[in-house]
Amino acid sequence: MSRIKEFNLPDLGEGLTEGEILSWLVKVGDTIELNQPIVEVETAKAAVEIPAKWAGVISKIFVEAGTTVEVGAPIVAIDTDPSAGPLPSDLPGPVPSAESLAAVEIAPAEGAVEPGLIGGPAPGGRTAVLVGYGPKNTTAKRRPRVGTPSSPTPVEPVAAPAAPPAPVVAERINARVLAKPPVRKLARDLGVDLTGIVGSGPLGSVTRDDVHQAAAGALEAPVATPTVTTAPAAAVFDASREQRIPIKGVRKLTAENMVASAFTAPHVTEFLTVDVTRTMKAIEKLKGRREFRDVRISPLLLVAKAVLLAVKRHPMVNSTWSAGTNEIVVKDYVNLGIAAATDRGLIVPNVKDAGRLSLLELAEALNTLVQVAKSGKTPPSDMAGGTLSITNVGVFGVDTGTPILPPGESAILAFGAVRPMPWVHKDKIKVRQVTTLALSFDHRIVDGELGSKFLRDIGDFLTDPEGALLSWT
Amino acid sequence: MANGVSDVGADAPAGGFVQLLTPDGERIDSVTTADGTTYSVDFTDEEYRGLYHDLVTVRRLDAEATALQRQGELGIWASLLGQEAAQVGSGRALRPQDMAFPTYREHGVLYTRGIDPIMPFGLFRGVDQGGWDANEHRFNGYTIVIGSQTLHATGYAMGVTMDGKTGTPDGEAVIAYFGDGATSQGEVNEAFVWAGVFNAPMVFFCQNNQYAISEPLERQTRIPLYRRAAGFGFPGVRIDGNDVLASFAVTRAALDNARNGQGPTLIEAYTYRMGAHTSSDDPTRYRIASEVESWKAKDPISRLRAFLTKQQLAGDDFFAAVDESAKDLALNLRERVLEMPDPQPVSMFDHAYPNGSPEVDAQRARFADYHASFEGSDH
Repeated sequence: MSRIKEFNLPDLGEGLTEGEILSWLVKVGDTIELNQPIVEVETAKAAVEIPAKWAGVISKIFVEAGTTVEVGAPIVAIDTDPSAGPLPSDLPGPVPSAESLAAVEIAPAEGAVEPGLIGGPAPGGRTAVLVGYGPKNTTAKRRPRVGTPSSPTPVEPVAAPAAPPAPVVAERINARVLAKPPVRKLARDLGVDLTGIVGSGPLGSVTRDDVHQAAAGALEAPVATPTVTTAPAAAVFDASREQRIPIKGVRKLTAENMVASAFTAPHVTEFLTVDVTRTMKAIEKLKGRREFRDVRISPLLLVAKAVLLAVKRHPMVNSTWSAGTNEIVVKDYVNLGIAAATDRGLIVPNVKDAGRLSLLELAEALNTLVQVAKSGKTPPSDMAGGTLSITNVGVFGVDTGTPILPPGESAILAFGAVRPMPWVHKDKIKVRQVTTLALSFDHRIVDGELGSKFLRDIGDFLTDPEGALLSWT
Repeated sequence: MANGVSDVGADAPAGGFVQLLTPDGERIDSVTTADGTTYSVDFTDEEYRGLYHDLVTVRRLDAEATALQRQGELGIWASLLGQEAAQVGSGRALRPQDMAFPTYREHGVLYTRGIDPIMPFGLFRGVDQGGWDANEHRFNGYTIVIGSQTLHATGYAMGVTMDGKTGTPDGEAVIAYFGDGATSQGEVNEAFVWAGVFNAPMVFFCQNNQYAISEPLERQTRIPLYRRAAGFGFPGVRIDGNDVLASFAVTRAALDNARNGQGPTLIEAYTYRMGAHTSSDDPTRYRIASEVESWKAKDPISRLRAFLTKQQLAGDDFFAAVDESAKDLALNLRERVLEMPDPQPVSMFDHAYPNGSPEVDAQRARFADYHASFEGSDH
């Protein structure tokens, strides 16, 4: 037995097929104890730490952080007897071993499970499974039957194809073929590939005649002569110049949220261009105050304050459409979401109960929120429970946008770039600091009147923060 | 030592609870609830130390099981982390003749019944169906379906009465375990109705760990769970579920009531699941870190350790020895779990009928032949 033991990624949660290595907590050469956490893995269900299965020294790490690994693949090798001296040359090679591959290759077709049945191949090359358990993408290994004559002489591993198969055929192979069991048996007996037949029966199902025809046809002519032209198709499709990015992680979540929101909440977006010169002056004043000297103050802080004060005057915008219970849930607390661009993608962490915070506390909370987000360490709980959000597109130098509501929220404000612009001020054209606000709201809850008043109040505050504070509070 | 009322502890939940040991390790001599019942414990030094030993051991075994799951050696694991006191206290309150009906999380109760802790691991490793002899161990099978064991327990308890085994101090009582989420199940409410109406000799022990997987308690109930019992016509008591002494005292009293023919009691052990619902769950998606932190301060083991230290009932040597023995037991458990043999395919026929059946025997033979037709088969 080898003293080097490989640890394969286990199924961490009832039917998972893969996991992403988030980070290694150890490196090659580290001495580890039994059950010491060595790696953090994220699956579709949870991010978990995996404890070492053996004590010893890490001798090899097979996959880097950031890689998605199939369940069953080795991720780390541990030298379980490092005191025995230098390593013998029995470090197992990278998987899969030749034997395990061979075992798969020589699995006889006989006894294989029909496509679509449990345990059999399903569309997309996956294995059909019972409901409640995730699909398996692996090929089942089967022991050879006793006396199967051909078992030691497997078919030549498919010879390199002379020409790539026509794409149409490839698609058909992946599609599920409809055929009754006796027809499937007939096809099997005659050696006809069901997936290569265009069915003439109901719903395109393959009939006995189709199978007979295909069997006869196969003797006469090739089933499909790929009509490959030699025209320079590369000008249109050039796979070598395409980059394929797996849809996962934050990108996948963002997409799901946006689709869910865009197609359930009827969005309305309104715009308001305002003179924020006084807000910019107020920020300068705040920067000069002792208690604010340690915090970063940006226009976002006063925009957040404006939103929080305006919510107090129009609580209905801070609500959720709860279709399940047939209710509108109006919240007396504001978990203020701030959209943040991070290396991992867009996330919207929120400041919990932001309405209760003083301006200084709000400034600190926003700073922390953004810093944590940039470092990629925002915990899921910080992203949950948002009630109303701000997206600061101005930092990218654009004027405004039509934001999409985070699911469950009824209003989101986009805050554009602040620029010096010609503006009518006291009946004269002056250069003023101007920005555009855009408010998207869920029209099921918020009518045009309410949305307009809410946006107008935010604008009023930014036009004259001191005046708004004095008259509203 | 002090006398307390049911509303003890500054951060007691609405309605208060019975607490005999505070998070700081202060002993409360006795607690009298609103209905005039007084709860207390009278343990020897050795018994206090024994409870500490139990708590540490079940937590250590649980940690080993969690690790085994992460290492691919168990299919799934339901951790009891945080709920040790509720389980050990109530489990030690059982008398040998009493019968327990667990969920899939009662590893601590199982341990206090004197059962080899390896017993449920076949189920979690997927090498057997968890079909142990419930009568031999006085511990029914782990029940996965939420709440259904409360009906099994109620039926069993009604049978105990019909057998004439109640009404005396050495009578038999039944305890049914379930969680806060289960209280929303029809079965649990039906069990309350039957147990109440038939005065069944049983204790409903609800570990309210605040979450039904991800669903918080406020989505299960508008009133404290223990008060539900009043509507079904039997008493309900809330205890500090992280206090092993309160768990013991109240469960022992409720079981003795039951065995004496005084009918059922609902105990709500107010506790917190410190870990995930099961190894397939990620609690950071629905709980905030500050909430988990606040419950760490109420840890069931650290309060008993503080008590033992302050009362000079145990010192560092004792604590180290307990840790060591728990670790040895855990490593022994690990070894034995890894050695569990895979089941033979034909074993699924073994428990179909107690005395066999011609049809099943024929099926078994055909199945064995089929398997023998493969190379490398043991059959």
